[in-house]
Amino acid sequence: MRSILKASALALATSVALVSGAVAADKLSGEMKIFLDTSNPAPRATFEGVIAQFDEMHPDLKIETTIIDREAYKTQIRNFLTANPPDVATWYAGNRMLPYVTTGLFDDVSDLWTGELGEELASTKAAMTIDGKQWGIPYSYYQWGVYYRKDIFDELGLTVPTNWAEEKANCQKIVDSGRKCYTIGTKFLWTAAGWFDYLNLRTNGYEFHMELTAGKASWTDDRVKATMANWRELIDMGAFIDDHTAYSWQEAIPFMVDGQATAYLMGNFAVDAIKSAGLTNDQLDFYQFPLITEGIPMSEEAPTDTLHIPSGAANKEAARAFLKFVASPEVQTSMNASLGQLPVNNKSSVNTEDKFAKAGFEMLNNAYALAQFFDRDAPAEMAKVGMEGFQEFMVRPDNVDQILARLEKARERIYKD
Amino acid sequence: MSTASLARSEYAPENRSWYKRNEIRVTPWLFLAPAILFFLVYVIIPIFQSFEISLFSWDGLGPREYIGTENYVELWDDPAFYTSLKNNLIWLILYLLAIPAGLFIALFLNQTVFGIRLYKSLFFFPFVISQVVVGLVFTWFYDPTFGLFNTIIGWVGLGPINVLGDPTYVTYGIIAAGLWPQTAYCMILYLTGLNAVDPEQIEAARLDGAKGWKMLWYVVVPQLKPATFIAFVVTIIGALRSFDLISVMTNGGPFGESRVLSFYMFEVALSEYGFRMGYGAAIAVVLFIIMLFFIAYFLYSMYRDERGR
Repeated sequence: MRSILKASALALATSVALVSGAVAADKLSGEMKIFLDTSNPAPRATFEGVIAQFDEMHPDLKIETTIIDREAYKTQIRNFLTANPPDVATWYAGNRMLPYVTTGLFDDVSDLWTGELGEELASTKAAMTIDGKQWGIPYSYYQWGVYYRKDIFDELGLTVPTNWAEEKANCQKIVDSGRKCYTIGTKFLWTAAGWFDYLNLRTNGYEFHMELTAGKASWTDDRVKATMANWRELIDMGAFIDDHTAYSWQEAIPFMVDGQATAYLMGNFAVDAIKSAGLTNDQLDFYQFPLITEGIPMSEEAPTDTLHIPSGAANKEAARAFLKFVASPEVQTSMNASLGQLPVNNKSSVNTEDKFAKAGFEMLNNAYALAQFFDRDAPAEMAKVGMEGFQEFMVRPDNVDQILARLEKARERIYKD
Repeated sequence: MSTASLARSEYAPENRSWYKRNEIRVTPWLFLAPAILFFLVYVIIPIFQSFEISLFSWDGLGPREYIGTENYVELWDDPAFYTSLKNNLIWLILYLLAIPAGLFIALFLNQTVFGIRLYKSLFFFPFVISQVVVGLVFTWFYDPTFGLFNTIIGWVGLGPINVLGDPTYVTYGIIAAGLWPQTAYCMILYLTGLNAVDPEQIEAARLDGAKGWKMLWYVVVPQLKPATFIAFVVTIIGALRSFDLISVMTNGGPFGESRVLSFYMFEVALSEYGFRMGYGAAIAVVLFIIMLFFIAYFLYSMYRDERGR
């Protein structure tokens, strides 16, 4: 791990050195405060490398970096944006930034999105736009999809499914062999939302999914019921591991590692955890969530991590320069290679040695549209009620009508204004 | 000050300062002042602020909007609120089991054999460790795949039961975890209480032929009344603020079935998905009113005892 970090930091350094020649170094001075939620080892080292390079390019600028624990950051941001705003802060795209945009705590950065950079970042523009303006710059995103045990698929003679019928046929064979098709841990709810998102995107398409999360479509709509019916087919088949309500997403990994379950619908961040739990690159592989309704274009989940400028920032000039720097193709390439995630800038390239990043990059580039994730597309309150409903549905699928009625009632209240 | 012009006789008292003259009356207030100040700032004023906030719709960031009693109206037909309320009642009732359990362990340990101090401290141990650790230990204990609990019930041909993932068992599972340290606490209260039991009364009762349950119920337990009272108070309060175990063991789940009011309040107002300060404050007010019943009862019985003396 250490050597990988070192190597990627080195790669980062060289590529950034190249950029610094290309980008005209404006004279920036004063102080710049950066608050980051990148508390895990790899992201932390990555950001420290990027900031060090930016510092070198601007010798007159004094940069002060604060790294806050990722979970604690989610509640602390409310305090520091009002009381003690930094110049740059990390956050998430989609509806997750809405509370800070409507209260005027994030600065409008539409000026950065004009011209070349706007075109290069086009794939995430919609997710960064509220009221026709852009409120931040994305620095990384990652794909969701099915991570599966290739060795077990080979043993049972299964091929990667491309549509729903194949998917169910595969699953039946896996269940017959005494295993479960999917591992999942729903203790913290959001993993179940991943399933709902994909089933709904594939059953009803991106537009309907967005209408639903934006509160414009009803939860008791027949289309939602069709999604739930598809989900139910898997549940009734015994596709998911038992007792998933007792596990976190990490605690669900051992079921896959010791072969009791064969696949995991997850974000790419799970790869690192699954590999360190004992699976090798030969055993673990990735496929795109299969087609369900014929004719619906394939949209994907790609949660985007972003940088924002609080409106109370003292040094907005330096902050804008930093955001531009991070979004540039070269920095995006090196940064995401060391993060193990995907660059947002379409002129960047992906680490070709990482087969998961490569597969994800191709998949997202061909995607019809990108969803953020249920809890970033829907407002926080709706996300909470919804994800609880999904968890209940996975345990008691018979309650589906009651659950959907409850979600509909919540929708009527939450989107009222 | 007409006396000022008079010549001061040798025996007339010196002209003392205002403080000196009022020392006896003022000093207690001076000593109490820091406590009163902080109690006001951190307890009394926030109570009224909670009442106020509960009348607003507020996300903690933007402007507040006055909505009258709408938060309470919504609470009235919020199924999650009733689930929490029901769980609070279950907690209140079952948590009281800690009192008899603590009493019997105390009676059992109230003897002089070699190493009794060690046994006592071992029994007291669960109260010393953090609630978070208790929660984690019990989470592993209940784990459906490798947990000790399912291994044990497997021996008699039962299970496996996913205690923390099943809405019917989850609250009882968490209460059982909570009883472990709470029983230890009640035990220590009774152990000190048993030291104060009058040996002459025991002897007199024995001469009159009392033994076993009768001795316990009519002679020992009445003498333990002060200990019982304290055990009752701390157990009720412990049940009402049962937050940390729920947060660690289930996070309120599965689908919100193990929530209690204090946890629901936190979730609505302060957690990752919560931005509803007004609604959270309304829950806090309801919880406060429930607690007020108990507080009033405790204060009343303390007042009665004081007067009885």
